[in-house]
Amino acid sequence: MEVMLFELALTCYFAATIVCLLELFKGSKVTSRIMFGLVIAGFALHTANIAARYVISGHMPTASLHEATSFFSWCIVLLFFFLEYRYRIGLLGSFIMPVVFILMLTSSILPRKIENLSPLLQSSWLFIHTAFAFIGDAAFAMAFGVGIMYLIQEHYVKSKHLGGLFKKLPSLQILDEMNYRLITIGFPFLSLAIISGSLWAESSLGTFWRWDPKEVWSLITWFIYALVLHVRLTQGWRGKRAAILSIIGFCAVLFTFFGVNLLLKGYHSFK
Amino acid sequence: MKIAVVGLNHKTADVELREKLAFNGPKLEEGLRKIKEIPSIRETVIISTCNRVEIYLHVQDVEKAYAAIKDFFVEFFEIRRDSLDTALYLHKDMAAVKHIFRVASSLDSMVVGEPQILGQLKDAFDFALEKKTTGVLLNRLLKKSISVAKRVRTETRIAENAVSISFAAVELAKKIFTDLAGKSFMLLGAGEMAELAAKHMMNNGVKDIIVANRTYERGCELSREFDGRAIRFEDFPAELVHTDIVICSTGASTFVLHKEHMQKVMKERKQKPVFIIDISVPRNVDPGINDMDNVYLYDVDDLRGVVDSNISERQKEAAKAEAIVEDEIETFRKWMMTLNSVPTVIALRERAEAIRKDELERFFNRFPSLGEKERKAIEGMAGGIINKLIHAPTVALKNDAEDKDMLIALIKRLYDLNGEDNEKE
Repeated sequence: MEVMLFELALTCYFAATIVCLLELFKGSKVTSRIMFGLVIAGFALHTANIAARYVISGHMPTASLHEATSFFSWCIVLLFFFLEYRYRIGLLGSFIMPVVFILMLTSSILPRKIENLSPLLQSSWLFIHTAFAFIGDAAFAMAFGVGIMYLIQEHYVKSKHLGGLFKKLPSLQILDEMNYRLITIGFPFLSLAIISGSLWAESSLGTFWRWDPKEVWSLITWFIYALVLHVRLTQGWRGKRAAILSIIGFCAVLFTFFGVNLLLKGYHSFK
Repeated sequence: MKIAVVGLNHKTADVELREKLAFNGPKLEEGLRKIKEIPSIRETVIISTCNRVEIYLHVQDVEKAYAAIKDFFVEFFEIRRDSLDTALYLHKDMAAVKHIFRVASSLDSMVVGEPQILGQLKDAFDFALEKKTTGVLLNRLLKKSISVAKRVRTETRIAENAVSISFAAVELAKKIFTDLAGKSFMLLGAGEMAELAAKHMMNNGVKDIIVANRTYERGCELSREFDGRAIRFEDFPAELVHTDIVICSTGASTFVLHKEHMQKVMKERKQKPVFIIDISVPRNVDPGINDMDNVYLYDVDDLRGVVDSNISERQKEAAKAEAIVEDEIETFRKWMMTLNSVPTVIALRERAEAIRKDELERFFNRFPSLGEKERKAIEGMAGGIINKLIHAPTVALKNDAEDKDMLIALIKRLYDLNGEDNEKE
């Protein structure tokens, strides 16, 4: 049953992504409503899938790469709803739903077996640590989408060819502020994820820090976003530079997430 | 029953002639009254704007009305008759309907898609309504043209893009800053175009206005006009640190703002974005500034480029609007056709009613002894017979058939309805 929920959610996200991309070329109120309907349907199914896995396994469904990726996408969609509700940024969906869809697609090709949690990880820390990490990562994903939107819009304004998406994209100021805000949300959560992780490691393994590849890459990611905030506040690196940095930051997030699990080994790796 | 448009516009008449023919102030009411008095004219609306003077008419005989309106123009505005020869146009029937729809939808405007014309048309219509110079036909036509214009506005993007340089500047500013309220604005030098742009900026919420002009007194004058403050021209570089939008038109022959300076300014501003509009020719702002991060520099040619592409965008949308107009003409034509048959239907019923009355009278005279009850029954029966007889032709007349004109003519002949003037109201 939970498998079917997942497939249906994936299908909804796929359809929403197609509509989102159509919206770039020929948008109207109708298409954005259809898109929303599809995302809501997909999200409901997705939530049911995650809940079902939680019930079956009895722990936070982030125990395999499949589950983790799926949960990551779920957090992004949740944040997307929040941003749409609060700010109504035109075309945000067109830049975020493809990311969600690609993550879900990746999740769908990964082994879906419900794993038993190794005794090492059976702790309420699992919930705290992963929740922080995924909320942070979702904010960074969103900042990535907004950063790309900024670069496109800024290209139109700078090149003085105001065609294409110029009309539909929001103003540079909104995009820049949004990018900044999302990073200021993501950064503390990433910090909390690292702190809670090291506390957990201390309580279960006896040391705070073991230079596990995931730890190292999280730290690299943390430094990148720390740099983004630092240069913004001290050097006035806003706009284009901030947008580029947030894109680089998200690449680090993705590597920490996938690269470390697939290429490197460590106790963060899934079985 | 015919619709006609007589008039002239920016395409057929130069401004000199249009000025002479404008229905200003009391002339509008007087003109409406005089036109309404022309015998062949039933209804009229006058629309008089700076780009067009048009008389919308419901007439009996188009040619007669056209000649009468021409005479009226010559007399009313005291102009030479031959000056109207090439300027005046006449559209009749569906061509007239099409023309009015296109005017309302701003397809016939000098700047296609400009929004004022619809308001002007509404005003003209309201005034005519108030003076009671319109009737069923023009009321319907004008209301319809307003709804067509609204449909065009919502279904196409004909009025979406700025087609003047100062509007284009405001539009751009909104894509850089979102909300112009709370942004500070500097007018560097004073030219007509710069002032116009400044006004548009103010209308969009820009509050803090600084004027830096070479002659300080002129700067002060301007700053009063915009409720801002004047500074000495030499001080403008320092003020730039606090300015979000700059409009520059100093008339200087070289750059007054260099890249090196702007780099310092941006550093001091912590890279807060700046939008600079340089409308001076030759340019006063170093074009290299546009390469800097967070500075957006547009010169006159850049803005003109934006406007040109917007205009061509509008022309594309205009094609869609034309299709809507064609579509609506068709619905209006159908309505007109039902209206055409109404007098015939009425005449047919009247004829039948007259026969019924005649026959009943004769019958009751022959049988005076009939009681009230019998009389009622016979009257009812006669009514039933004529109703059933004229039912089919009435339905045929009201239906929207292609050969309707022929049908109307045929029924008139068959029932000998031609004696009456169907067009009488």
